[in-house]
Amino acid sequence: MSNKYVGQRVKRTEDPRLIQGLGHYVDDIKLPDTLHVAFLRSMYAHARITGIDTSEAEHAPGVVAVYTGKDVAEKVGPVPCAGALPGLRVPDYRVLGKDKALFVGHPIAAVVATDRYSARDALDLIMVDYEELPPAVDVEEAAAAGPVIYEEYGDNISYKLTAGEGDIDAALASSDHRIRQRIVHQRLAPVAMEGRGVLARYYPGEKELTLWSSTQIPHLLRTQVAIMLGIPENKLRVITPEVGGGFGSKLNVYAEEAMLGWIAMQLGKPVKWIESRRENMQATIHGRGQVGYVEIGCKDDGTLTGLKYDVFADLGAYHQLLTPAIPTLTGLMLSGCYKIPAIQINVTGVFTNKMSTDAYRGAGRPEATYVVERALDLVAAELGLDPVEVRRRNFPAPEEFPFKTATGLFYDSGEYEGALTKALDMAGYDQLRKEQKEAREGGKIIGIGVSTYVEICALGPSQAMPAGGWESATVRIEPTGKVTVLTGASPHGQGQETSFAQIVADQLGVALEDVTVIHGDTSIVQYGIGTFGSRATAVGGTAVYIAVEKLKEKAGKIAAHLLRSDVSNVTFNEGRFSKQAARAAMAGEVPEPVVPAGQAPAGALPEPDTEGNHVSLQDIALAAHIARDLPEGMEPGLSATYFFEPKNFTFPFGTHIAVVEIDRETGDLKFLRYVAVDDCGKVINPMLVEGQIHGGIVQAMGQALFEEVVYDEQGQLVTGTLMDYALPRASTTPWLELDRTETPTPVNPLGVKGVGEAGTIGATPAVVGAVVDALSPFGVRHLDMPIRPETIWRIVNRQN
Amino acid sequence: MKKSVSINVNGVAHRNEVEPRLLLVHYLRDTLDLTGTHIGCETSICGACTVLIDGQSVKSCTIFAVQADGASITTIEGLARDGELHAVQEGFWERHGLQCGYCTPGMIISAAQLLERNPDPTRDEIRHGIEGNLCRCTGYQHIVEAVEYAARKMKTQAATGD
Repeated sequence: MSNKYVGQRVKRTEDPRLIQGLGHYVDDIKLPDTLHVAFLRSMYAHARITGIDTSEAEHAPGVVAVYTGKDVAEKVGPVPCAGALPGLRVPDYRVLGKDKALFVGHPIAAVVATDRYSARDALDLIMVDYEELPPAVDVEEAAAAGPVIYEEYGDNISYKLTAGEGDIDAALASSDHRIRQRIVHQRLAPVAMEGRGVLARYYPGEKELTLWSSTQIPHLLRTQVAIMLGIPENKLRVITPEVGGGFGSKLNVYAEEAMLGWIAMQLGKPVKWIESRRENMQATIHGRGQVGYVEIGCKDDGTLTGLKYDVFADLGAYHQLLTPAIPTLTGLMLSGCYKIPAIQINVTGVFTNKMSTDAYRGAGRPEATYVVERALDLVAAELGLDPVEVRRRNFPAPEEFPFKTATGLFYDSGEYEGALTKALDMAGYDQLRKEQKEAREGGKIIGIGVSTYVEICALGPSQAMPAGGWESATVRIEPTGKVTVLTGASPHGQGQETSFAQIVADQLGVALEDVTVIHGDTSIVQYGIGTFGSRATAVGGTAVYIAVEKLKEKAGKIAAHLLRSDVSNVTFNEGRFSKQAARAAMAGEVPEPVVPAGQAPAGALPEPDTEGNHVSLQDIALAAHIARDLPEGMEPGLSATYFFEPKNFTFPFGTHIAVVEIDRETGDLKFLRYVAVDDCGKVINPMLVEGQIHGGIVQAMGQALFEEVVYDEQGQLVTGTLMDYALPRASTTPWLELDRTETPTPVNPLGVKGVGEAGTIGATPAVVGAVVDALSPFGVRHLDMPIRPETIWRIVNRQN
Repeated sequence: MKKSVSINVNGVAHRNEVEPRLLLVHYLRDTLDLTGTHIGCETSICGACTVLIDGQSVKSCTIFAVQADGASITTIEGLARDGELHAVQEGFWERHGLQCGYCTPGMIISAAQLLERNPDPTRDEIRHGIEGNLCRCTGYQHIVEAVEYAARKMKTQAATGD
């Protein structure tokens, strides 16, 4: 395999259309006669719906139909939840609320009109009788007592789960030190710049429904919506247009997706719904939402003995696809980078009158890393040790890999010390500590935070996944030698049209431009699982790689046949097969240029070139399709499909170091340095990897310092627009210094681990750790996120 | 009560009957089918809808089409000239200044305006100049590098009289 493309900063194939505004996101797709849908959403967090009068709305200008919960009750199945935990309570949640409103934003009616403005106008004419009920808002209160959301359950508990190995009580009891800390992971809004959107078209004659949806999982969506609508799965086509970001929020099956399909079938006209930002804040899944109590035990020298984490998971009012599963991922990663002999997690999944939580960049693992890293810092503070030293003392040694954790995982490969040392060198850690000491003496407030993380991704072995964890690829070489890759991955900014083409171009010795990667259309692409969990390249890319290897094997047999030689006598290099003897004679000669694919005399296909010693891939592709001269019994065509089932997850890791300075007068902080050394295994395109890490780190900074979804005591969503939900801006984001170590994973032949979520996982504890470190002279050992300037100011000016 | 507007967009004159409350961004996207300008919020915060109106960058979600009557608008579709990308577009391509591409048209327009006013910005000035454009994917660093690339290219072009 050549390295012309893999490992290089190849410019993206996706970019030309996107930088010219020529891409097609769902709202850019125009079908004639499209009607527009607007949803009426509950303004109360918890209420009985005792009446709903849509008559005035039905007669408003432009309105074609109005639907309520009663209309769809028997007709559309429940919004699916794929979590399968023992004793899990899954409420029956339908596409429109009928008897009860369960959260602010709960859709309870749909208006269909000739244009979006008329649809929106008509919402105001729908009269709803609400009987307000007290809401369950605070997760700990909701778990203990308080208003019960589902009377049939008797309380607000969705599930309880205990996991982990080792005798945790004995381990903690025998520790020299036991440190407890309450830790809050506030709710976050993913805020992809493009909200959700659906366009649905039904052909009544063919009974075919097509859904364009801004989704991360086209095939899974197809299966689930077909079930919800009671239509044959193979009569539903899901097309993923350009998707403007997901971050996990579009790894889901939403009420609106099925509802739009249903409406299209009722009306026989295309229907479109495009989420407003307010709807997005209300009714697209939220991330995180845990209140936990960690207890960590250690010996006098800082060696860890055990870690226990009791956590209340704020699941929201009902379950979206993976809602209950996310906190269980937290349990898996509570060992962090460390040898911890006994670990226990106790999860209480709690219903509240809020939107569901579900996967958001990191999906349960940022919570784990944050808890472990904060606990390590607390140990360091308690023992008066440097936080780096405490971490070092608890790393497994390289020869201890594959390393089994007390959470039941086998970490495949890891050189935590290597990444840590590199980061410390880059940052000049010892010098930074010196400077900090001097700065403090001069009255400055400076903090250094270190996070050593490991994360679990490239989801994953199907045994551990709710709907399959494999990924698929079909690779075809067309008669003219062009290569077509159909991937079940579903990129939404990650760049696989480029990175997969890089892999294939190197494998086949063809030009990058001759490889086209297609994804997202369930009628074109074989069943796939989709893009989430940092899996597209590690799992999807591997499927592509193996499919190409299968193709090369077949091509080799055809080549040997065409060259009238034996397969063992034929070698492949730079896009063509050569007879061994001819290759030996060629040693030292400049190889002839390969005929560029597809360059044929006008009106004619190129004739296979069988000069006797070499045959190009294009010749073979043509021969495979013309099929006049193939090995006995061989199928014509040149296409291979592979479904790759990974045997394990992968475990990227790294070290992040944040240095902050706090302004005494305002409580504002600025980053003096931010250093990140991440190991995501082999790197296909360094530019794309950097982009993923930058993006992840900045989202983590947002979590640490200012992002928070806020519901008040009435369950009203206070952060309903971008005026109230603060997001990182170019002017508030520091420069990030990145480096890598590269420890290939043995889990796949590419050696790729995945990187999409690593930044979000590694950075939050580094940032919080830096702020806490800065404020440690004021007696601070922990602060909950988001750490706002006001909080900092009060501490610094002793105004608590 | 529709009103008549005459608006020049990317060099093409348009005359349409519009509702007074029709937002300019909807006029561009739905009436003129120029869907390159995107909508990311409804409170004028995100900047995805940024276009140039008479040479000034404006959030097109916060202005009615009727207010743009008589104006000359440049959208992302009109930035490239004679098939050649604007230096900012080229910079975004060279430096991976986009991932999902949704904020990109507005970001590019803002950056182009910035460089027009300040051909040699520092990194801080670039960050300040695009702070009205939110991006959730990139963390902004490659965007800053893209703008730096464009600034260098535009300076070279200016120097050689391109």
